[in-house]
Amino acid sequence: MAPIQRSSTLRLTGLLCLLFLVFFSRGFASHDAVSEKSSGTIQEDSRGQANSTAHKKTFPVLSFNYEHVRTPFEISLWILLALFMKLGFHIIPTVSHIVPESCLLIFVGLLVGGIIKATGEQPPVLDSNLFFLYLLPPIILDAGYFLPMRPFTENIGTILMFAVVGTLWNVFFIGGMMYAVCQIDAAKLAHVDLLSCLLFGSIISAVDPVSVLAVFEEIHINELLHILVFGESLLNDAVTVVLYHLFKEFAHEQAITVTGAVLGVISFFVVSLGGVMVGVIYGIVGAFTSRFTSYSRVIEPLFVFLYSYMAYLSAEIFHLSGIMSLIACGVIMRPYVEANISHKSYTTVKYFLKMWSSVSDTLIFIFLGVSTVAGPHTWNWIFVIFTVIFCLVSRVLGVIGLTAFINKFRIVKLTKKDQFIIAYGGLRGAIAFSLGFLLNNNEIKNLFLTAIITVIFFTVFVQGMTIRPLVELLAVKKKKESKESINEEIHTQFLDHLLTGIEDICGHYGHHHWKDKLNRFNKTYVKRWLIAGERSTEPQLISFYNKMELKQAMMMVESGSAAKLPTIVSTVSIRNVQAKGSPKPSRAISKSREEEIRRVLRANLQNTRQRLRSYSRYELLNDALEDDISEARFRKQKEMERRMSHYLTVPANRQETPPVRKVFFQPEHKVYTYDDSESPRGRASPSCADDVSELKETPEKPDQSSTPRANRDAELKPKEQDDQGDQLKVSRCLSDPGPNPEDDEDSTFLP
Amino acid sequence: MGASQTRPEHNYDDLTDKSGCNRDDLDRIPALNNNPIRKQIITAFFDKRNQHQNDVGSLDEIGFEQFLMVMSHFRPVNSTATEEEKVTVRKQKLRFLFNMHDTDNDGIITLDEYRTVVEELLSQSGAIETEVARSIADAAMLEVASTNVPHMAPDDFYEGITFEHFEQILKGIEMESRMSIRFLDMNTATMRCGKLSS
Repeated sequence: MAPIQRSSTLRLTGLLCLLFLVFFSRGFASHDAVSEKSSGTIQEDSRGQANSTAHKKTFPVLSFNYEHVRTPFEISLWILLALFMKLGFHIIPTVSHIVPESCLLIFVGLLVGGIIKATGEQPPVLDSNLFFLYLLPPIILDAGYFLPMRPFTENIGTILMFAVVGTLWNVFFIGGMMYAVCQIDAAKLAHVDLLSCLLFGSIISAVDPVSVLAVFEEIHINELLHILVFGESLLNDAVTVVLYHLFKEFAHEQAITVTGAVLGVISFFVVSLGGVMVGVIYGIVGAFTSRFTSYSRVIEPLFVFLYSYMAYLSAEIFHLSGIMSLIACGVIMRPYVEANISHKSYTTVKYFLKMWSSVSDTLIFIFLGVSTVAGPHTWNWIFVIFTVIFCLVSRVLGVIGLTAFINKFRIVKLTKKDQFIIAYGGLRGAIAFSLGFLLNNNEIKNLFLTAIITVIFFTVFVQGMTIRPLVELLAVKKKKESKESINEEIHTQFLDHLLTGIEDICGHYGHHHWKDKLNRFNKTYVKRWLIAGERSTEPQLISFYNKMELKQAMMMVESGSAAKLPTIVSTVSIRNVQAKGSPKPSRAISKSREEEIRRVLRANLQNTRQRLRSYSRYELLNDALEDDISEARFRKQKEMERRMSHYLTVPANRQETPPVRKVFFQPEHKVYTYDDSESPRGRASPSCADDVSELKETPEKPDQSSTPRANRDAELKPKEQDDQGDQLKVSRCLSDPGPNPEDDEDSTFLP
Repeated sequence: MGASQTRPEHNYDDLTDKSGCNRDDLDRIPALNNNPIRKQIITAFFDKRNQHQNDVGSLDEIGFEQFLMVMSHFRPVNSTATEEEKVTVRKQKLRFLFNMHDTDNDGIITLDEYRTVVEELLSQSGAIETEVARSIADAAMLEVASTNVPHMAPDDFYEGITFEHFEQILKGIEMESRMSIRFLDMNTATMRCGKLSS
């Protein structure tokens, strides 16, 4: 009972907040007139006072001037509203399971719009300028920057087919059919001519990336389908832009000419390729800039954002496809920028993009709802119903037809289930609305807008809500939980080379051949220019490995002692894998990398330390699983510490670092110490010798439980004998993966 | 399996007087120069294990049929194939890969063999220290061991990757589709057999 009551009170509070916000903003709006007058009089008075002392007005201690801050204030209020709504939906779990977030947001928009209208004000409409310049770019950038390149490039042919041919088919089918419908006398729509219908078709037929993202994100569908629908929604922008402008021009002139049509085709190529080129240029410049940003790390994220935004705006100047430009910029920039910027900047970029796109997304849907209430509507049953029907029909026909053609060229064919999801996932959204809004004001515009809104509502509500149960029903493959695995990476690369080799032997210039050529070009020429320092020559496997190490170090640190170690409930250590033999010390990470890892760990050590302070030792070690985990953890952290210390010793010029490291590794808290239990033991069992790492001179006390472990992977092979201080020896012994020492030690924690 | 599925090598021209091709012929293909694992690829062609005949050892020369046997590992799976067929094909492809790594044919990929693999992969990328390659190989080995044999006593020695473990770690990669080459533009009329003269 309690949770239900809690959720209902939350709901109530949420609603009250919402109402409060709305009234607040409206209230301020109505204060405008009043405040203007009052500020006017105040100004007059002060001037009056300066001029003559005849007027005796009291000095206003507290004055009210809303006009001054009106615009930013209202904007902030709207954004706050959006955020509260988002928060609200996640606090109330039941609703968000059934209804996708976008639907709820539109609903809230409707509510807010209704309230505003009820108070007699004119609700704000989704201004196209606002939408295209401010709300859309963050979402597209977020999508483009994190676009999974491998599935995208593998399916690029299919995606382009759907985007270009599919959209063209949709446009002409819907346009043509609607024109036919308009000829029906009963509809009273004879004034709508063919060109207007085609224009309408071009607006309504494009699949919308915002809606697709919003809905597909929640259903966790498999990667292939996701990239197909999403890629299509991104790339059809070029088609939409061209057709929209083309038909608008034609509608203006009331005639279609052959030259016009030819120019249209040419324009398509110019728009799409031009957009991509603009993006590529900005991407390269951005990557080049990031090469030098090591001098001022704080502004690194800004470069990423600004270059991308400029790419978008520059494309828009020339009426090129801004979306494609933005995607191209993000895709090109990303590998080089990520190699150059610091870890913190990377995190900043990631989170800012997610944050902005999230806010944009929410605002768009709310405004869509508000605009629905606001706009003048011309409701024509026949037009609207037929539009919806034809949208669905054309989408289904288009997908089926195209798939039949595409499957001839695909290795992994698209099954009927896949086709259904692709067809069903063709959601329309705010882009269609904004494009419609940009039409010239005439009676047809309202008719179109109403139809567009209806289609959007239908797709988002009906299709958005039902797609999740349908996915379950049809047992469509879901996204698989991908653990980053170094084995997969090795073998993926191996396969790539293998297939390229086979293709070369056959003399067959296929997919792999060109990809290999591109990679080699990238490596020899591009990377040298765009990546700073030694990272430019780092092969992909190594950077992958380093990235994974860093990630795992972070993960270890952040999870602290209540570790949820994914794959490491395993007692296998590097010892089990390596032959007893003569391994040499090996430095797996380059110096700068190691610097970075160290820095990261250092920063996080502070946090972990504080956190650990509050944990009770006893709870730490009570269940068997925890024991295993702690055991594995201690071992890993030993390895890490061994490795770290190894770095200190190997090159001679790093002598200065040990003092620094010493500072951190002072065990300050009881929780940390192995040391306490170490000294009494002083065992130096011969088996320890095998595991010894080359701790030539590190006097530091290894800081056990808080030392972040680098990773569970390759640790330094057992090296030659080492015979430093007792403590070290003992600690090494303890690092010896054996259940017994660990257990004993665990038990010492329990007094 | 089809002779119709592939295009002949373009260097079959100089096989007119020989009855098959040997390693040097394949070595001479210029495009392979940039490939870091060319040795392994060429060896695979001459490996008897890939001839589906349960034989071991290596051949010195291969004829067209043997060439095709090796190529047949790269056929894409027919979309109308049943699940079992798909599993068989997948096993076959994985077995090919496994044989490429397991050079001494003892049925397991030992740490040294794996290290060689990684070193070869990185060999093209300039002067990479062997230690880096080693640690990557060790990491990978550790991962295989952890996923397949999670609880090993500290003194156990993990011999190497068996075929089952190999399958296990690569189950995330869809072999049936990844490891295939589309020979779309084959024209059987222009196809010549290796033995031109006969």
